[in-house]
Amino acid sequence: MGVLQLVAKRLGLGAVTLLVVSIIIFGAVELLPGDLAQQILGQAATPETVKAMREELGLDRPAPVRYVEWLGGALQGDFGTSLANKRSVAEQLGPRFTNTLFLAALAAAFSVPISIVLGVLAALYRESVFDRIANVATLTSISSPEFFLGYILILFLSVQNPIFPSISSVSADMPFDERVYVTLLPAITLTLVVIAHMMRMTRAAIIALLASPYIEMARLKGEPRWKVIAVHALPNALAPIINVVALNLAYLITGVVLVEIVFVYPGVGQLLVDSVTKRDFPVVQACCLVFAATYILLNLTADVGAILSNPRLRHPK
Amino acid sequence: MSTFAIVFYTLMIAASCLAAYYHRREAFMVLFSLTLISFLMGLLGGEVWLRYIAVAIGLLYACGGLAYSFREFLVQTLPRDIAKVMRNAPLTASFGLFVIVVYIVAAIFAPVIAPFGEAEVVGSSYAPPDDTMILGGDQLGRDMFSRIIYGARNTVGIALLTTALAFLVGSLVGLMAATLGGWVDQVCGRVVDTLMAIPSLVFALLLLTIVGTNVVNLILVIALLYSPVVFRLARAVAGNIVVMDYIEAARLRGEKTWYLIISEILPNATAPLVAEFGLRFCFVFLAISALSFLGLGIQPPTADWGSMVRENATLISFGEITPLIPAAAIALLTVAVNFVVDWMLHLSSGLKE
Repeated sequence: MGVLQLVAKRLGLGAVTLLVVSIIIFGAVELLPGDLAQQILGQAATPETVKAMREELGLDRPAPVRYVEWLGGALQGDFGTSLANKRSVAEQLGPRFTNTLFLAALAAAFSVPISIVLGVLAALYRESVFDRIANVATLTSISSPEFFLGYILILFLSVQNPIFPSISSVSADMPFDERVYVTLLPAITLTLVVIAHMMRMTRAAIIALLASPYIEMARLKGEPRWKVIAVHALPNALAPIINVVALNLAYLITGVVLVEIVFVYPGVGQLLVDSVTKRDFPVVQACCLVFAATYILLNLTADVGAILSNPRLRHPK
Repeated sequence: MSTFAIVFYTLMIAASCLAAYYHRREAFMVLFSLTLISFLMGLLGGEVWLRYIAVAIGLLYACGGLAYSFREFLVQTLPRDIAKVMRNAPLTASFGLFVIVVYIVAAIFAPVIAPFGEAEVVGSSYAPPDDTMILGGDQLGRDMFSRIIYGARNTVGIALLTTALAFLVGSLVGLMAATLGGWVDQVCGRVVDTLMAIPSLVFALLLLTIVGTNVVNLILVIALLYSPVVFRLARAVAGNIVVMDYIEAARLRGEKTWYLIISEILPNATAPLVAEFGLRFCFVFLAISALSFLGLGIQPPTADWGSMVRENATLISFGEITPLIPAAAIALLTVAVNFVVDWMLHLSSGLKE
């Protein structure tokens, strides 16, 4: 099977997954005891008001029809209207999504280069003091909840030494550098969490490679250490590293929810948590769909990247 | 330059020189890089940062000493064959064991240790620490220290229960899928793939919106979301076992599927599942704390570390460390469990080689 077919197959699988996930997200709300109208109005509602509400929400039509409409709307960027404030969901979601992407991109820009360099170093000098300290430090940072790291940073970098603002209020008309400055603290928090994961995975990938015979051969013919790594190991480590990066960017998506709450950052995560508290179903559905789609896309990128960076698949015999 | 800075730098440099003189290469590298970092921090941030570094070194030193003595204590008291393994345990592992023991004691003897009840209002709200309330009061004037102690019981208890449930479901279905094979295996595999395609925190939020937030729902939802990983592991481990001859023999004897799972496969799949339990516990514990922190997990007035962080979060802007204490309690336990699991994984992989 050629590489194009493999990629196409993986993309098709991704599309199917996305479809199934959208069905789950839509169907979950259908599982409500009673239905949405009854949930909103509560126990005391008269049958007439429930019926009127049902018509207003379009609940009198069968679920599959409403699902197709919902999905069709979502694909065109229309997620319906919020129950809490009657505003369009897309209108609330749009700018927040940009903010969240900005935060995640900033965190990725820090964490990807740092963690790959550190991971390669830890693999090179494994069992040394540097490797052991890195191991303990990354285990500690993985184990700490995001809000713990966030509040520690706030305490040291914005309360006791006022360097950064503790509340990241961004707006659309902010100049780029100011925006980066305001977003820096949440981005550092995310970076700390993700670096640990990425570094450990990079280290494991490189160590697995360093044990292979062709590396030993390169070493035996007297190649300098950096050359063994840069010329022989790194090109073959590309696939696992691409995988690691994409998986961790996907992990950022979950981490972002907590960090946004800690720093009162106006992103999708905060909207999601607010809407869950208010039980505002259309907004929750839309946020979940956006998060799930990003997550699936990144996982898809990881797989496609792995296929593309594998020379055996790129040049079939 | 203040006396503190002078003493600090003198000590650091003296320690580096000593390490170099006695040819402790690694210790020298660590000490001297720390000295260089403190030069940098001292220049950039001033003396405050030097104090932070000094406190951090002191804390690390205390933890290291504690871990060292605890390891010696275990080596002296435990029976000989376990003591042999303990003697070679890294300091991190013995530190982890120590922390876990402390948490277990706190959880079991919570009513004895805690001076006040978990919902008992003792002083004014946000009272500063004094003799009655050694960690101060929370937003309603309840004793922070007592609530932390009770939190060990509530938060850890609920996380353990959830992990156990996830394991029960995940491993049973996984073993069943591996034993039966065929379409059961296929269906389970696809369902698990789909469950794992959605980020778990987001999925948990969606499900909790629908079923409503209370402790029972929380346990069920988190257990459901974390069982797929267990399923995968159980399925993979059992997949290697079902092709063995003794399973074939048992099948030919005409044993029922249930017997195969319980008596033939499970005993051989226990070791990897137990190691996984520690890791999964960490993830479940963090997930529950995260949801509680968002106000969607364990509900007040139950003392719970995640919600305690949220309730006292405003104090952080006044430079108080109160909200950091429950957060640190969460982090410390996960770090400890991770250290121990890391050691166990190392141990089991080392024995194989």
